[in-house]
Amino acid sequence: MSTQRQSVKDIVTAPAAGQAALLQALLAVQDASPENYVSEEAVNEIAHLLGISRSRVYSTASFYSVISLKPRGRHIVRVCINAPCENAGKQAVLAALEQELGVGLGCTTPDGRFTLEGVSCLGACYMSPAIKIDNQLYGDLTAEAAVAIIRRCREEENIGHTA
Amino acid sequence: MTETITFSLNGQQVAVPAGLSILDAAALHGVRIPSLCHHPDQRVKANCRVCVVEVEGQKNLAASCATPVTAGMKVRTNSPRIRETVQTILELIFANHPQECLTCIRNGNCELRRLAADYGIREVKGEMATDALPLDTSTPSLVRDPNKCIKCGRCAEVCHHVQETGILYSHYRSVDVQVAPEYGKSLSDVACVLCGQCAAVCPVGAIHEKDDTALVWEALDDPAKHVVVQVAPAVRVSIAEEFGQAPGTIATGRLVSALRKLGFDRVFDTDFTADLTIMEEGHELLHRLQSGGALPLITSCSPGWVKYIEHSYPELLPHVSTCKSPQQMFGALAKTYYAGKAGIDPADIFVVSIMPCTAKKFESQRPEMNASGHQDVDAVLTTRELGRILKQAGVDFAALDDSVFDDPLGISTGAAAIFGVTGGVMEAALRTVYEVVTGQELESVEFTAVRGLQGIKEATVDLAGTPVKVAVAHGLGNARRIMDLVRAGLADYTFIEIMACPGGCIGGGGQPYGTTDTVRRQRIEATYRVDAGLALRKSHQNPAVAKLYAEFLRQPLSEISHHLLHTKYRNRSLYKLKG
Ligand code: SF4
Ligand code: SF4
Ligand code: SF4
Ligand code: FES
Ligand code: FES
Repeated sequence: MSTQRQSVKDIVTAPAAGQAALLQALLAVQDASPENYVSEEAVNEIAHLLGISRSRVYSTASFYSVISLKPRGRHIVRVCINAPCENAGKQAVLAALEQELGVGLGCTTPDGRFTLEGVSCLGACYMSPAIKIDNQLYGDLTAEAAVAIIRRCREEENIGHTA
Repeated sequence: MTETITFSLNGQQVAVPAGLSILDAAALHGVRIPSLCHHPDQRVKANCRVCVVEVEGQKNLAASCATPVTAGMKVRTNSPRIRETVQTILELIFANHPQECLTCIRNGNCELRRLAADYGIREVKGEMATDALPLDTSTPSLVRDPNKCIKCGRCAEVCHHVQETGILYSHYRSVDVQVAPEYGKSLSDVACVLCGQCAAVCPVGAIHEKDDTALVWEALDDPAKHVVVQVAPAVRVSIAEEFGQAPGTIATGRLVSALRKLGFDRVFDTDFTADLTIMEEGHELLHRLQSGGALPLITSCSPGWVKYIEHSYPELLPHVSTCKSPQQMFGALAKTYYAGKAGIDPADIFVVSIMPCTAKKFESQRPEMNASGHQDVDAVLTTRELGRILKQAGVDFAALDDSVFDDPLGISTGAAAIFGVTGGVMEAALRTVYEVVTGQELESVEFTAVRGLQGIKEATVDLAGTPVKVAVAHGLGNARRIMDLVRAGLADYTFIEIMACPGGCIGGGGQPYGTTDTVRRQRIEATYRVDAGLALRKSHQNPAVAKLYAEFLRQPLSEISHHLLHTKYRNRSLYKLKG
């Protein structure tokens, strides 16, 4: 099945999920999605299974920036765009990332590996400029360091695939 | 008895019942605190902050709609700080609001515009920060203009917590917030029932009825058209509000005069076909009882309700009466029976209905509604649109004399008059079914158990020794609770009345603005006065209906009745996932 429907059902009705709150359900569905997002079909299915309106599910999904309603790459590269990071040299880091990935903010690389996102404050101002790739924080970055991190990610993923 | 407490309001000691918000308490003493997100029938939302007041001992201004008044509290509702704050809030709203008051449908009754006037806003600072969003004109009933939305959340509240249809809700974050269906879908692509309850509570012009007055003018101006009008029961007890009169004013006679002044060739009454509906539906009930048909039988005169069950409980559609609504029965008869009697080609007849309801516009355009060979009802105006068109025509409503409806589609009984209130169709049906079944005259025609604003009402009626249990629900949240019981096989009702709007049609989405439970009660009380004031109060006593059967339909549920007066429903379930 090319859709998220079955996995949504498994997640929302799994015994462990129990009375999973809407946000938890959305996060779990997103994590289980190879494209790192919550599809419209999944929104509808969550609404049906939790007995709430589609509109309410969409409301929560569209409110939280951690949830994506559009397909994304396997890895999310989040660049902090708040003032402290901006002042500490975010510009150069972002430019280097855009160059290395070949896409701008809000876009996904054609190979489906990375999505580049701008976020406000990663809670890492003490090591600005900062970025976060999936759940891993990187701080005190330079353009070169940022590019090196992306390259390492690629390698790790390639190894993971062949192993 | 509620406890009385005393607090200081602008330096004066005043007494109020305990448990009120500052906003409501002040109103009892002649102080109107401005408000936008607040609605008297709704839960507190407290997102607009125009209702701020000073409470002694509190550093920040308090939102008066959300702050309960307590004994000894010292409240100020007017100070330089408050005025400045409210002014700033209003300026911020206006900075993101189209400056279209002159051409806006809410021009005369917009709550935001009134505040701007009261607060003397003379200048709007800055340019519109956001781009214009497209209007939603996808349905025959409603228009949504997201650009005028002030995100007060009133529509979402009624749609989620009263109707429980769950269509409108707040999406996205901060400056991007939109109150809309999910994914920015249009109302025709979601399970919206077009009840218009959202429009009825919207303080501004962000969601409103689709205005069809131009269509009606065009027909009235066309000498080749024979234009007839029908008026729903609920309109006679509300139209006077459009002209500044108190809710609960009965204006039947003036309404007829006003419609004549507009130039309608015949002024008829939907009450006539309400009586006819009782004849058909009452016999349908008896037939189902005798032949083991699907029970409980559920009423079908509320098009918002019909659309709701088509979306949400399609498996229960066999329970819904096949009777068309009185509006549609009227249209079908106007272009057949009446056309024949008057010797007019039905192609030249234009049928206008005046309805309290936005869903009626949708109903009139359902493809099934052309039994006469033409679209049976050509145009539907809500009570608000009627107010508008009368003002355009310069009709001085207060100064009109009474007149009476035309024959024959203008004759009706008290049973039809109460169709406009929750419990009314049930009561009207019981008046007739009782007499048909028992052959005895009903001593007391008033079934008080099915009256009033309680969400779900039940009664048991003794029909010649057989106890018959009935239920009445109004507002789709209540309907849903009854349908869940029916679906689970836990309902032992024989007959169920459902109206989509809280209070029934008198609380319809097309009624004059300002509908609250208090106003609903006033319109309901007026409706029962209309009924009590009529000589005939049972549908089967309507002489014009009897004549219609004798001359044309022969008997209830006859073949021609089935063809003209009954209909079919469809499954509109959206829970069909691809893949
Ligand atoms: S909604 Fe009110 S304030 Fe806005 S344009 Fe219409 S009348 Fe003016
Ligand atoms: S018309 Fe009724 S169902 Fe549709 S959005 Fe408005 S309140 Fe909700
Ligand atoms: S559409 Fe009207 S009621 Fe709904 S949030 Fe906007 S302004 Fe408020
Ligand atoms: S401002 Fe960039 S991490 Fe806080
Ligand atoms: S009316 Fe009190 S916050 Fe909106």
